[in-house]
Parts: sequence; C-alpha cells; structure tokens
Amino acid sequence: MLNKKIAFAIAFAVFSSSVWAGCGIDGGRVSIVGNEFPAIQAIGAGAEECAGGGVEVTTNLTADHQKINVQGMTGNPAEYTTAIIANSSIVALMVEDVIRPLDDLVAKHGQDIQKHQLVTVGGNIMAVAFMANAQHLVFRADVLAEAGLTPPTTYEEMLAAAEVIRSTGLMKNPVGGAYKAGWNLAEEFVNMYIGHGGEFFEPGTAKVSINNQAGVDALNVMKSLSDYMNPDFLTHDSNATSAEWKAGNVAIMNMWGSRVGPLQSDEVDAEVASNTDIAGPMTVGGGSIPASTLWWDGWTVAKNISDEDAEATFLAMKHAIRPEMLNDETSSLAVWLIAGYEPTVASRGVVAAAQMGAKPYPMVSYQGLLHSALGAEIVDFMMGKEDAATALADTEAAYTAAATEKGYL
Amino acid sequence: MKHKTFFWFFLPTAMAMFLFIALPLVSVVSQSLHVPHDKVLITVENCDPFGCTSQTQIDHTLTQALYEADPLGQWAGLGIYFDRGHLAIKEVGEMWRGSSGLGDFFSTLKNLPFYRAMGFTLTFTFIVTPLVILFGFLIALAVNSLHQRLKGLMIFFSLLPMIVTPLIGSLIMFWMIDSRGIIGSMLQILLDNPELSLKASTGLTWITLIIYGIWHAAPFAFIVFYAGLQTVPKETLESAMIDGATRLQQIMHVVIPHLAPLVAFVALMQLMDNFRVFEPIIGFNAEAHATSLSWIIYNDLGGETRLLSSAATTSVLTIIGISILLAPVLVRTWREFNPQE
Repeated sequence: MLNKKIAFAIAFAVFSSSVWAGCGIDGGRVSIVGNEFPAIQAIGAGAEECAGGGVEVTTNLTADHQKINVQGMTGNPAEYTTAIIANSSIVALMVEDVIRPLDDLVAKHGQDIQKHQLVTVGGNIMAVAFMANAQHLVFRADVLAEAGLTPPTTYEEMLAAAEVIRSTGLMKNPVGGAYKAGWNLAEEFVNMYIGHGGEFFEPGTAKVSINNQAGVDALNVMKSLSDYMNPDFLTHDSNATSAEWKAGNVAIMNMWGSRVGPLQSDEVDAEVASNTDIAGPMTVGGGSIPASTLWWDGWTVAKNISDEDAEATFLAMKHAIRPEMLNDETSSLAVWLIAGYEPTVASRGVVAAAQMGAKPYPMVSYQGLLHSALGAEIVDFMMGKEDAATALADTEAAYTAAATEKGYL
Repeated sequence: MKHKTFFWFFLPTAMAMFLFIALPLVSVVSQSLHVPHDKVLITVENCDPFGCTSQTQIDHTLTQALYEADPLGQWAGLGIYFDRGHLAIKEVGEMWRGSSGLGDFFSTLKNLPFYRAMGFTLTFTFIVTPLVILFGFLIALAVNSLHQRLKGLMIFFSLLPMIVTPLIGSLIMFWMIDSRGIIGSMLQILLDNPELSLKASTGLTWITLIIYGIWHAAPFAFIVFYAGLQTVPKETLESAMIDGATRLQQIMHVVIPHLAPLVAFVALMQLMDNFRVFEPIIGFNAEAHATSLSWIIYNDLGGETRLLSSAATTSVLTIIGISILLAPVLVRTWREFNPQE
C-alpha cells in the first residue's frame, strides 16, 4: 500500500513537473471562472497543472458563473483573467467590453490551435472554443420496439409516436422536455422557430420580428407536445426532466447531448439505462434544418489585466485544451473540438446535429433580451390562456420595452 | 435632555440612517430615472466552430465615448416607470378603451408583467397576513394553556417552520407536492383524482403558495402573542371570572384588547414581509403562475439581460407600494402614542 502511494507520488511529481515545463510560462496570474460540469472541470484541472514556479492558477467553477463573471472582470486589474463561456454568454462580456482580442497571442503562441476553434467577431479573435453541444433526440429503445415504432426524425413523427405509446397504454405521458417557464421554455421556442425557418430580427437592426407564421407554427407544435408531457411540465428544467427519464416515465425527448451520460450511468435503473439511446435532432414542419441549436464552449482573456497575466492565462488555457488531454476518460465527457478527438458513441447526436446543418445559437447582443421576454410571455399560451399570436405580440412588446431601455432601439 | 447631549447621542444613528437608508434611496431613484446610452450598432462578420455569419454588434469605441461624456447614462425621466414592463400607461389606456366591461379589463390587465405581479402580491398579502395573525393567536392560546412541562417542547416545535430557510423549505415542499411526491399522491388518492396536479393550475399554485406563506410566518405571530399573553394582568382575568365571564368572553374582552398593540406590530411586519414575497416563488418553480415585484427585480438583475434601470424602477415602485400598505397601520400607531388632548 505504502509502495503504491510512493510510486503514485513519484509518478505524479514527474508527470506534473514535465507538464509544467510544457506550459512554457515564466510567471503571472491565471484565474478562471466558468460553469460547473465534468468537461469544464477537466479544463480547469488542465490549467491548474501549469501552477508553480511563479505562476499562480486558481479556478472558480460554479453554476452561477454568469452572475459573477462580468463583475469579476470589470475591475482593473480584473479578478478573473479568463472566463469560460458559451456562444450566448460571450455576448454579455462583449457588451461590457471586458475581454480582449487574442490575435497577438494567437500569432505568438497559438499556431497549433485549429482555425475553426478560433471565434472571431468583426475580424478579431475573441475566444477559443474547445467543445460543442446541442439538443437532440433521446429515446427508450425498448418502449419504441414494443410499440412497433422507429426513432422519430421529425417532430410530427414524435407526436404520432407519443400517441401510439399513450393509446397502447405503455406510458401515460411519454414525451419529456425541459419546458420550465423562463430560459428553458424560451430555448425550446428558439429551436422550434429556427426549425420552421424563422428569423428573429429584421436584418441589420435590433427590431424583433417573430409574430409570423413560423412563430405561430412553432408555438403550436410546442403546445401539441406538451399534451403528452407530465402536467407539471412548466416547472421541469433539464434536471427535473432527467429525473423523470431516470424514473422510467418518459420514452422520447429532445435533450442536451451533455446530459445523456448520466442517464446511462450505473445509478439509473438497469432497464432504463441500458435502453436509453440517442439519435440526431428532429426537423419540424417539413423543414430541412434541425429544430435545434449548436452551442460551443470556449475561453476568453480579460481586458483589464497586465500583458504578462494575459500571456500566462493564454498559455495555461491552451495547455488545458492541448490534444494530449484527450484520453479514455475525458473523451466521453464532451464533444471536443480539440485536434485528435475521435467521436464516441455518446457524441453521435451532437455530431449529427452539426452534419444536418443545425444553426448556432445567435451570438447577438440583444438575443438575451428576446430570450428572457420569450421565457416570460409564451407561458400564458402554453397554459391555454391566450392564443399564439397574442403571446407572440406580448413577447415583441416586452422585448421592445427592454431593448429600448438598454439603448438598442 | 440638553440639545447638545441629544445631538451627540443621536449622531451615530443619524449617520447610519444617512449612509444605509438615505443614500441607497437616492441612488436607486436616480438610477430609475436614467437609462443606458443608445448603443452604436455595426454589422460585422462573426466566425465560430460552425461557420461564419454576418451579425449586428456594438461598436465599443463609439459607445464608450458616449459613456465618458455622460457616465450616468441618458436622462429618461419617468419613461421607464410608464413603459410596458412597469405601469404601462399606454397599454392600460388601450385595454380600457378596448374592453367590454370591468371584468374583461381586469383579465386583459393580467397580461402586463407589473399588474400580473401586483395581482398575486396583493392577494398573497391580504390573505396571508390576517390568517397568520389568527393562527399565531390560536397557537399562542393553545400553548399557553398547556401544562408547564409541555410548554417548552411545544414552543420549540411550533417555531420549526420559521427556523427553516424559506428557499429550502419551499424546495422541500415543492418535491412533496409533486404529483409523485408524498403529499401530491396522497391528495390524488383522497380526492380520487389521479390527474390532480398542484403545480399545473394557477389557482392551485396560488393556494399552495398561500398555505406555505401561512405555515412559514405563523410561528412569528405565535411567539409575539405568546410573549404578550404572559403580561395579561391576572387581577383583571380573575375579576372577569368572578363576574361569571366564560373563557371566550375573557378572551374577547380582556386578552384581545390587551394584545391589540401587538396585533398592530405583527400586521406591520407581515404586510412588509408578504408584500415582498419572493423565495416561495423560486422554491416552488411557480414563475409560470405567480410572480411578485421582488421576483421581477431578481429576474431583471440575473442572467444575461441585466436591466438595471428596470430593476431600480421596480424597487422604487415596491417602496411606494409598501408605504401605501403601511400608511393606515402607521397612522394608527402614531395616534395611539400621541393621544389628542
């Protein structure tokens, strides 16, 4: 036992020192703020390997990261030298102007970062993406087989399948979905609206235009789906929907790729876990683009820090996403955009979404305002208290009030 | 007290009131009267792992210049107060002209976030406050008549609902009333309705929140009234008994008049607490059915939107709302302590 410990300690020391040398940092401060899920934790741990020899690395990974990252990067010097963000949340950092362009650092140190990992805004590199995510179909192979069904490829087929499963008495509410009032419900509308070919804004302006046929159709599909959901669906976020799935109450749902792993884990009832399978996202209304959005997660570098800290941060984060970080354990955590990543079985859904031409979630400053307005205003429609056009008109009015206040209109 | 002594005695309090009450008020009011500068928008090419698109972004150098010229933002006057997210003067006017009657008007009014929130907040406040006072008083009477040895134990148990943090308490209840939770399934069996869901209907959600509110706040009223009961003069009670008053008559004519100032105190505290109802809405995930002014502020401040002027405006409206609610109680208390000659 003792020998093992010593061997481990030596191996660790050798490993970490060799890695430290590999970071190539002379000194500086690296402070990371980001979301908390296994893939991000792996990135945080990777950056921490660079600590030592005058380099200080700290991480603050929390589900509340969006509430603290802007404030934590506004001061001078900024508390956080890097924020790990996604396509929707980078916008808040750019609006407040707290992140710096990375062109000089990429030119100096980033030759080996793949071109498609570089997120550019107006020609400036603003972030380096390292993983992709999307919502796609998750289904119970056994239930579909028993009902004589194949996995649906469109939302119309999903509705038909739900009716068959319900009428044969296999399940009362076979459809799942994160439809909680607020962010989740709005995200489902964004998916469905894009699936119907809708555009959110008049080109080149912040003027919203969702009160149209695509918007009405999107809402109607959502309402039809909710008829096959647990009646409490407006209180179910991704966690609660996952719990319903684990309890064996749901057979088909549109769910985040990064959430599927836990549904197949040992903690879940073996019958559910072994029959949980995934496929690409569904299309809707005869459209060809999936009713789903693509997401990337990436890292940025704070503006209000010294050049030394910026360089140290860039190198430490680059170290965290180097191709060698991929191994059997980390490969299954996410759909990595890192060179040398071999798609695993779990990544099938997200890869299919990209291949089918799913659109990325819009990286526009005022999209967040529309998202909040949707999350609050389409609830009455989902409860059957008003019609689709009224709900969309309410959303447009709420967005317009918020966007006027923020100075976009 | 000499004026000089009074001045030095009162100075620390005055300083604290200035720093922690007056300054924040000035700050929140001034924020509610300003909005951010107009953003200068440009169309740029954005590229990410999934390809390039042309999108509208903010021109930072030009926007920054506006801020340096005027850091507070643009003067908006009462613009935010009257927009759709708050008092919605224009929308309410249109609804008034377009509605067929008062009932119709109020049902369309619920479509506006501020009035929807006020609808729930006022219902919650005016049902929970009197019931908390009633239940608190009944529990206090019951505990007070117990044997000395049982009292301590009962007081402890009666206080438990107040000890649990509201957010945690409501989260626990949220899972218990789930259609598959212990209370949810029990109600389904008792009412013989397997479809019953407390979370799916607005009415049942309101009732759940109101019951939770009473359950959580009753111990506060109880402990205040229980303390008051210890000071009821024994002589008055005894003479009432000698005069042949029943227990009910003793309570009506001796105990309640004695506790009247405490009722005013509990009502004051509860009106304030209930008007800013917040945690149960979050804990019960009830945003779809019930919102409150505090919830609107939370929603404006959190997430990616950060509507700071809107949050400041709602804060000012909350302060005004609480002042209106408390005015009758405050006037009454003022009269009691300053009897007219």
